[in-house]
Amino acid sequence: MSNPSDRLYTPEHEWVLLTPGSELPDEPVRVGLTTFALDALGDVVYVDLPEAGTHVTAGDACGEVESTKSVSDLYSPATGVVAEVNQAIIDDPALIAADPYGEGWLFTVRPESTAKLLTADEYEPLTA
Amino acid sequence: MSSPDLPARHTPLHEVHQALGARLTDFAGWRMPLKYSSELAEHQAVRTSAGLFDLSHMGEIRVRGPQAGALLDHALVGKLSAISPGRAKYSLICDENGGILDDLVTYRLAEDEFLVIANASNVAVVLAALTERAAGFEATVTDETEQTALIAVQGPASSSIIEALLGTDDDRAALSGLRYYGCRPARVAGLDVLLARTGYTGEDGFELYVTADDAVKLWQALETGVQAAGGRPAGLACRDTLRLEAGMPLYGNELSIDTDPYAAGLGRVVQLGKDFVGQDALALAAQDQPARVLTGLTGEGRRAARAGNVVLNSAGTPVGVITSGALSPTLGRPIALAYVDREEAGEGTALHVDVRGTLLPFAVTPFPFYRRAR
Repeated sequence: MSNPSDRLYTPEHEWVLLTPGSELPDEPVRVGLTTFALDALGDVVYVDLPEAGTHVTAGDACGEVESTKSVSDLYSPATGVVAEVNQAIIDDPALIAADPYGEGWLFTVRPESTAKLLTADEYEPLTA
Repeated sequence: MSSPDLPARHTPLHEVHQALGARLTDFAGWRMPLKYSSELAEHQAVRTSAGLFDLSHMGEIRVRGPQAGALLDHALVGKLSAISPGRAKYSLICDENGGILDDLVTYRLAEDEFLVIANASNVAVVLAALTERAAGFEATVTDETEQTALIAVQGPASSSIIEALLGTDDDRAALSGLRYYGCRPARVAGLDVLLARTGYTGEDGFELYVTADDAVKLWQALETGVQAAGGRPAGLACRDTLRLEAGMPLYGNELSIDTDPYAAGLGRVVQLGKDFVGQDALALAAQDQPARVLTGLTGEGRRAARAGNVVLNSAGTPVGVITSGALSPTLGRPIALAYVDREEAGEGTALHVDVRGTLLPFAVTPFPFYRRAR
């Protein structure tokens, strides 16, 4: 399983579409779950996401991902205001696993700062 | 339970599971397939065509001898001597206090021969209890778990799948007459099996007991039939959502040494008019209504209640605890089993469940939540 190198990762297996090494953009960026997280969770049947306008804090739990058997906290990779949630995955959580790095994104956040994030190369050993 | 420093046991089908790319999990000391692909797809396959399960971790205990029936009447809460050869019965084995040691299915194979199927986590307990209770009876108790594989085919297509693999006209003629909870020896794919019309999914289905040596051959023949019918191998993950939809209790969740059969809604399987271990305690328990009873709950939305979540009444007072809960793949809404105060357990009662700090509305609903069309 390989994770795209055009974004950064949390140790809790979220990704955020921030270009490694660049400054924080002014635009909201997408947040999602890695294939490793999804594989461990099993089929996702429900996601509880922060509403648009909510201020989230990097490293803090901001939602829940529920599979047939278990529930996992979702951690925000960035501090900032949530701009949008992906209605498509709310309606059909199976889309998350179908395209985790693309159409299966969870929400967007306008980043003010981030937690300590990992590049794809740094994240890879955590998925071994 | 297994000791953590012991390596997990492998079923005779372990290499088959690996070749199928199963995600394996440790369960009751065994390395078992949790799922092969998607547990929701596997669940759906069982409801619409067929699922193929390796259940070789279940315990097979043979009880044999002129007093085998009398021993089981003494050891279990039901009257096993009253069932005919070729039939099976669901029963419980309790301790002196009426606490449930295990729930089990017992097949009567002959006048003097029974096969007791124990849950994987309780094999040692059941074996020890049966052995101890056999004192004074002309009967032997033998653990055959190691030598026996158990493969289940469950789902509406399972009868036609089995029929295509039966070796003789006699077997084929007997299949249509094999009722739910019936069993008979048969030749399936050229192998000698005990073919039983039993299961734990709420569907028509079969459980096939076979020697460990023949397990791979039997699995492969069944898998070909299951795949051709649009079904697939299925793991323990979907087995749990299937049995919950069917309202079937799970030892460790709904049943335990601390629950008696009446609270668990299983009073009907207790036959007090005979001598058996736990009889005095259960006769007393039968005189009182249990304070809390096993209750079905359904919710709205998609967020499931989970085992351990607290159930509250409309006044906000805790009145129960969830024992199993999931988003029902078939119904698309949350379902749960819970022990709830009897006065709050009437059908339709509006309750709440504290799901990690959020109170979600649930209503008391009779289970099974799902019943197959017949």
